[in-house]
Amino acid sequence: MMRFLLLFSRQGKLRLQKWFTVLSDRDKRKIIRDLTQMVLSRPPKACNFLPWRDLKIVYRRYASLYFCCGLEQDDNELLTLDILHRYVELLDQYFGNVCELDIIFNFEKAYFILDEFVIGGEVQETSKASVAKSIEEAESLQEVRQ
Amino acid sequence: MTPSVRLQEMIRVIRSARTQGEERGIIQKECAEIRAQFRQTDNGERSHSLAKLLYVHMLGYPAHFGQMECVRLIASPRYSEKRIGYLGAMMLLDEKQDASLLITNSIKNDLSHSSQYVQSLALCTLACMGSSEMCRDLAPEIERLLRASTSYIKKKATLCAVHIIRKVPELAELFTPSARSLLSEKNHGVLHGAVVLITELCERNAETLDKFRKAVPELVTIMKGLVTSSYSPEHNVAGISDPFLQVRILRLLRILGHNNDSASDAMNDLLAQVATNTDSSKTAGSAVLYETVLTIMDINSESGLRVLAVNILGRFLLNNDRNIRYISMTSLQKIVQTDHNAVQRHRGTIVDCLKDQDTSVKRRALELSLALVSPVNIRSMMKELLIFLSSCPVELRSQTASGIFNAAERYSPSKRWHIDTILHVLTTAGGDVRDETVPNLIQLITTASELHCYTVHKLYRALVKDISQQSLVQVACWCIGEYGDLLLKGECEEIEPVQVTEDDVLDALETVLQSHMSAPATRGFALTATMKLSTRITDNVDRIRSIVSIYGSCIDLELQQRAVEYNALFKKYDHMRAAVLERMPLMEKNSPGHTNGDSSGEIKEPEPAKTKPVEPILLSEPANQVCDLLDLLGGTDTPVQPSSAPTSTATTTSSADLLDLLGGLEPTPVPAVTVYEKNGVSLKIQCDSQTDTDITVTLIASNSTQNDISNFTLQAAVPKSVQLQMKAPSGNVIAAHGLGQVTQTVLLNNPNKVSLKMRVRVSYSDQGTMLQDTVQIDSFPSPSWNSQPSIGVL
Repeated sequence: MMRFLLLFSRQGKLRLQKWFTVLSDRDKRKIIRDLTQMVLSRPPKACNFLPWRDLKIVYRRYASLYFCCGLEQDDNELLTLDILHRYVELLDQYFGNVCELDIIFNFEKAYFILDEFVIGGEVQETSKASVAKSIEEAESLQEVRQ
Repeated sequence: MTPSVRLQEMIRVIRSARTQGEERGIIQKECAEIRAQFRQTDNGERSHSLAKLLYVHMLGYPAHFGQMECVRLIASPRYSEKRIGYLGAMMLLDEKQDASLLITNSIKNDLSHSSQYVQSLALCTLACMGSSEMCRDLAPEIERLLRASTSYIKKKATLCAVHIIRKVPELAELFTPSARSLLSEKNHGVLHGAVVLITELCERNAETLDKFRKAVPELVTIMKGLVTSSYSPEHNVAGISDPFLQVRILRLLRILGHNNDSASDAMNDLLAQVATNTDSSKTAGSAVLYETVLTIMDINSESGLRVLAVNILGRFLLNNDRNIRYISMTSLQKIVQTDHNAVQRHRGTIVDCLKDQDTSVKRRALELSLALVSPVNIRSMMKELLIFLSSCPVELRSQTASGIFNAAERYSPSKRWHIDTILHVLTTAGGDVRDETVPNLIQLITTASELHCYTVHKLYRALVKDISQQSLVQVACWCIGEYGDLLLKGECEEIEPVQVTEDDVLDALETVLQSHMSAPATRGFALTATMKLSTRITDNVDRIRSIVSIYGSCIDLELQQRAVEYNALFKKYDHMRAAVLERMPLMEKNSPGHTNGDSSGEIKEPEPAKTKPVEPILLSEPANQVCDLLDLLGGTDTPVQPSSAPTSTATTTSSADLLDLLGGLEPTPVPAVTVYEKNGVSLKIQCDSQTDTDITVTLIASNSTQNDISNFTLQAAVPKSVQLQMKAPSGNVIAAHGLGQVTQTVLLNNPNKVSLKMRVRVSYSDQGTMLQDTVQIDSFPSPSWNSQPSIGVL
C-alpha cells in the first residue's frame, strides 16, 4: 500500500500531499522536510529508489516537479514507477499538456483526479480511459459557479 | 471590507509576494475573509472559501477553523460543495480530530445517494480517513455495496473494505464471503480491488488463507488470460496487458503458495510461462518479471524454476536501467543464503557493479559481494574489494573495511596473505576501521612467527612513508618494539633487504612521538616500543634513556606515567629490565564475550606499565622478585586471573587488597529452590540479597511442556506486617521445552521480623486454556527469622 504521495518543485515547495495513514501535522511536516531534502540532493542519474526508515521511497522527476511516494516493504517499486507515470498521463489528458502551473492553480482538480485513480493507497482502476471518463462525468456534475 | 478574491486570483497574489513576511500578511488577511465568509449564511461562496483555505493549508499555515465548514459542506445538497467538503475532510479531518465523527452520518447518507459520483466521494473519504468507529458503523453499508452495485462503485467499495479491515481486523469475516465471488467479475478495476482485498484477508488470518487456496486455479486462469491475450488497448501498458493486475495476482499467489506444495504445484506452469513470455524492455514488463521472480523464490517451486528465476535476476544485472540493476541486487541479496550456488554464477556481473556510478547500486553490490566470498574465490574477490576500497565513497568505507576483515579472517589461504590484506586496508582506509582491528592484527602477527621478520620490515617501510593512519602506526610501533632485532638484522627472504640502522628506527619512532598527527594512544605505543628496543639494540641505549626521561615531564598524563616508570626501570630495576622487556608469549584469541576494555588494556599496553609484568614473569621464574610489581596488579585482566591467583596468595604485601579485588569479580552462585512444579511448569525462588529486615528474591518460572505458555502472571500475598513490592516481570511468554524462562524480582520488607511466608498465585494460558494455581512458600532459601508464626491473610 502507498503510505503517502507528495509532489514538490525543484525549490522544495509542496504542490500536493496525499496521506493514506494517520499522522500528526508535525510528523507530516517532518516527513515532507526530510524527503524533500533527500530527494532534491540526489544526483540526476541516480536510481529512483531509496530505502528510508522502514519504507521504500520511489520518486521520479517530471519537468520541474518531483513525484515522490512511500511504499511498504511488500510493494513492487517498478510497478509504482508505472503508477506515477499513469497519474501524470491522467493529469496531462485532463489539462492538456500539463505543467506545474496547472497543478498550482488547479490543485483541487489534481486531487480529484488522484482520487479517481488511487483509493486508500491502492490503485482502483487500471484502465486509463475509464478513469478519464469518470473524471469528465464528475466534472459535468459541478454546478456552474456564479 | 475588501471583497474576497477568487481562488486563482488569491493564489496569484500569494505567489507574487516577495518576502515571507509579505506572504504571511496576505494570508492573514485572506484567512480573516474566509472566517467571515464561513460565519455568513449560505450564499454559494462557501466552496470557494474552503478551497482557498485548503491552499493556504498546503502552504503550511494553520487551517483548523475550517473543520466545521467541511462538515457543513459535506451535508450540502450541491455536488460541488460536497466535493470540496469531502476534499477538506480528507485534508483537515483525520481521526484525531473530534469533528471527524460528525461526518459519519453524512457519509452514511451519501453511500445510498442516487448519484454514483456522490457515493464515490463518500467511499473515497471513508477509505482515506475513516477511523475505527466510523468503519465499524459503516461496514455493513460497504458490504452491501460490494455485492449489489455497478462496477464503478464495487471497485471503490472493495478498497474501502480493505481500509476497514486494516483499521478493525475483526470485521474481516464480514467481507470474506463477498470477496470470493468478486473474483468472477470481468471488470479489471473490480478484479484488481478483489485481489487486493483477498490479499489483505489472507495476510491477517491463517484460516482464511487456507480457504482461499481453493481459488488458486481461478487466479491462474485469470493470469493466463492476461498473459496470452491479444492486444487490448484499454489495459495495455507498453505491450503488457494490465501489469497492475498481473503484479497483484502474482503477489497473492505468492502468499497462497508459500509453504504449501499443492498450491505451489498448481502455479508452476503459469510462473514458467510468465517468466519466459514477458517482454521486459519497458518498466511494466520488468515489474511483472520482478514480481514473478519474488513469487518463484518464495513458494515451494521446483529447482528448474528457481534457476530460471535467478537467471532472470542475472539478466537484470546487465540491464542498462539503473533501477532494474538495483532491484535485481536487492532480490539477490535476499536469496544469496538459500540459493548460494545459483547466485555465484553471476558473481562477475555483481563485482562489476561495484564500479557503478550510483551509490545505492554500489552499496548493494558491496553487500552482495561480501556475501558471495567463499574459499574458492577469496583471492580474486579480495583483489576487487581492495580496488573498491581505494575508490569507494566515504560512507561505505567502514563497511567495506569490516567486510574485508571478516572475509579475510574466515577464508584466508595463508597467514602472509592475511597480514598483507590487513596492511593494505590499513594503508588505504586506516581511519575507518573499527577499534578492535589493532589488537586483532597484533594477535594475528604474534601467531605467525615465521613471518615476524617480513611483517616488521613491511610495517617499518609503511611507517616511514606515512604516519597519519593511526591504526597502522600503532601496529607498526608495536611490531618494531617487539621485533626490532629482526628489523635491524636486515635480511629477510621474502622482501628485498634494506639496511636499517638503529638510528633510523629510533628516528622513526621519535617522529611518531613528536608529530601532532599522532593520537595520544599512538604516542603511548611509540614510547613503549622505544623502551622495548633498549634490550634489542646495542649502541643507542643512551638515546633511548634520554627520550624516556624527556617524556617524564610530558603534559599528557599517560605518557608521563609511562616515561616515569620506564625511567624507574632504567635506574632502580635495571637488573629486571631484560626480563621485563622480553618477547611476549602468544596471546589467546579474544572471544567476543570479553569487553574491549579488558582485552585492549592487555594489548594496547603490552608493557608492564600497570598490569603485565605478571604474564611473562610467571612463565619465567623468580616469584620473589616480582612482589613489588604485583602491587600494580589492577585485577582487571581476565585471562591472567587463573595464573595470578596462586601467586598473589604467595605474596604478603598487598595480598589482602588484591584478594578483595579478585574476590569481587567472582559472583558467588546462589542456589535456587524449586517451590512449585506441576504440569510441566515450575517455579523456583532464589535469594538475591538480604539484610535484617529486607529480603530480595527472584522468582524464576520455566516450562518443560511441548508448547509455549503465554499470559504468564504471578501474584503474591504476604503476612500483614510485611511489605511487598513486585518488580516488572521479564516477560509473560515462556518458551517450551525449557528453552526460556520468566523472572520477576520481589522485594520484601519485614520490619517486625515476623515469620516470613508468601502465597503465590500462578496463572497462565496453555494452548488457549487459562490455568491457575496457588502455592505457599513457607521457607525462604536463607534462614533468617524465627519468631512465632502468624500469618495474616491479605
